[in-house]
Amino acid sequence: MKVWVYGNDINTDMLFPGKYTYTCSKPEEIKPHLLEDLDPEFAEKVRPEDIILAGKNFGCGSSREQPVVGLKATGIQAIVAKSFARIFYRAAINQGLVLIECPGAKESYRPGDIVELDLDNDRINVGGKGFLFPQLPPEIQEIRAAGGLLSYTRSKLTAAKEENE
Amino acid sequence: MKPPETFAQKILRRKSGNSVVPGQIVTCHPDRLLMHDNTAPIIAKVGKELKQFGLADPNLVVIVLDHVIPAASEKVAASHKKIREFVRKYGIHNFYDIGTGICHQVMVEKGLVVPGMLAVGSDSHTCSYGAVNAFATGIDRTEAAALLLTGKTWFRVPESIKISLTGQLNEMVTAKDLILTIINRIGASGATYCSVEFWGDIVNLTMDDRLTIANMGVEMGAKNAAFPVDNVTENYLESIGVLPDLYEPVWADQDADYKQAFTFDMAEIVPAIAAPHKVDNYRPVTDLIGLRIDQCLLGTCTNGRLTDFEIAGRILKNRKIHPSTRLLLLPASRNVLNQAMKKGFIQTLVQAGGVLLPPGCGPCLGAHQGALAPHERCLSTANRNFKGRMGCKDAEIYLASPATVAASALFGKITDPRKI
Ligand code: SF4
Repeated sequence: MKVWVYGNDINTDMLFPGKYTYTCSKPEEIKPHLLEDLDPEFAEKVRPEDIILAGKNFGCGSSREQPVVGLKATGIQAIVAKSFARIFYRAAINQGLVLIECPGAKESYRPGDIVELDLDNDRINVGGKGFLFPQLPPEIQEIRAAGGLLSYTRSKLTAAKEENE
Repeated sequence: MKPPETFAQKILRRKSGNSVVPGQIVTCHPDRLLMHDNTAPIIAKVGKELKQFGLADPNLVVIVLDHVIPAASEKVAASHKKIREFVRKYGIHNFYDIGTGICHQVMVEKGLVVPGMLAVGSDSHTCSYGAVNAFATGIDRTEAAALLLTGKTWFRVPESIKISLTGQLNEMVTAKDLILTIINRIGASGATYCSVEFWGDIVNLTMDDRLTIANMGVEMGAKNAAFPVDNVTENYLESIGVLPDLYEPVWADQDADYKQAFTFDMAEIVPAIAAPHKVDNYRPVTDLIGLRIDQCLLGTCTNGRLTDFEIAGRILKNRKIHPSTRLLLLPASRNVLNQAMKKGFIQTLVQAGGVLLPPGCGPCLGAHQGALAPHERCLSTANRNFKGRMGCKDAEIYLASPATVAASALFGKITDPRKI
């Protein structure tokens, strides 16, 4: 497992350049361009179970959701950051990509540290030090548990329809 | 007695039917959902469900084709075609085809957003409509897709930041310089999740000024950025045929609880530049005088309105831009273009050497029209200077006001507009 470490204000153009916005929307089209201007190694070497560890305001900029769709498709466990930009945060909830806001985790990380995530207990261990992160509100947990907003919406609509029939 | 509320609390209370506190999650039916060229991927996500359950509310939806217009490739053309078919099939009457303008300008000037409304859009600069006292915020494509099916979504009630503006801007200093200065003070993430609410001598700001300011709210992380309704708002709305009985303004209580408060004296603002590659990388123009510029961009949803072309026209009247630079003109809408032609601003700017582009997003997102080459430098009135934004990761984007861009086009180098 690799920890990909980035700084503050990683914007959506760094995550997925705007020039591809209207030509790529499928995960397999997006993946090769992820972080291409910032870290050309990422798209090629990222593996499921990896973690991204970043500073504040991760995902700022455009509302384009390709960065979220692409990152979700890499299978990474989570993005842990000091803070996230709000549209990116919502988009991640809607796609079922796990984001964790935990300033302490980023600050205490030293190269080579092992990072372990325990989503059931809202806990992250960095180089042996444990940090708790805030639980999501129940409404949001419901969306995450359904695997994202579209499956959540689908099941609600289907249930409502069945009730009417 | 009712506890005092911010603008954000009031509007979300009105829309959700519950009194609300920051941090709370509420479900509301927004009044508008804006989509643009990204409508095609949005409807592709829920094609089956739309057939099965139908569109929740055709009146909710506004679609404006603006991002890559006219279509730059077969792929884009096919996606525009899909959108037009969707519009016909589902009877969406608020559809604006290519050339009408940039979605945010169209939303405001067609009276599609009015005071007191709750609007969402699958574009980050949806926050612009705070200029006309709407609570407006950007969402992602998946959420827009779900809204097509259900007509409702969740909102986290934001904390609020109060920005008090005093005094008046000096000659050749504009709302763009003001907002770049504000973003520098608050930081590119300083207002994350927050509702930014403007107070004070806002009567000294025109509707164009307020749109420039609200447009850039998201560049400090804000969820929305809003102004109260005053005479300026009422006169503007009346000019586009929206009379006061069609809307219900909302504003914060005097003693509402703000997370942070800032005051800016507008008389102290100087022409500002955001240097690459962050919007809060503030420099007074005087720090960068003489820096060579390959391309100047006047326009976009930030600064493509009549007063922006007016000030640039004043500076470039009977003059020519420097041969070592290029000037692109990108009006925010057909309506702006028409008015600017009537006043002669466009003629002046084209005669000065400007290249007129169709009303739309053009070079702003680097997808077509006026992309940059490696190591080129662009001075732009847009809202973002991120690396790669205009199509090339080795190019540099500097953000400035229309006055600074016009003055700089004259010399091919960064120039203080107050010195012209
Ligand atoms: S002009 Fe630029 S910032 Fe504005 S909506 Fe178009 S692409 Fe976005």
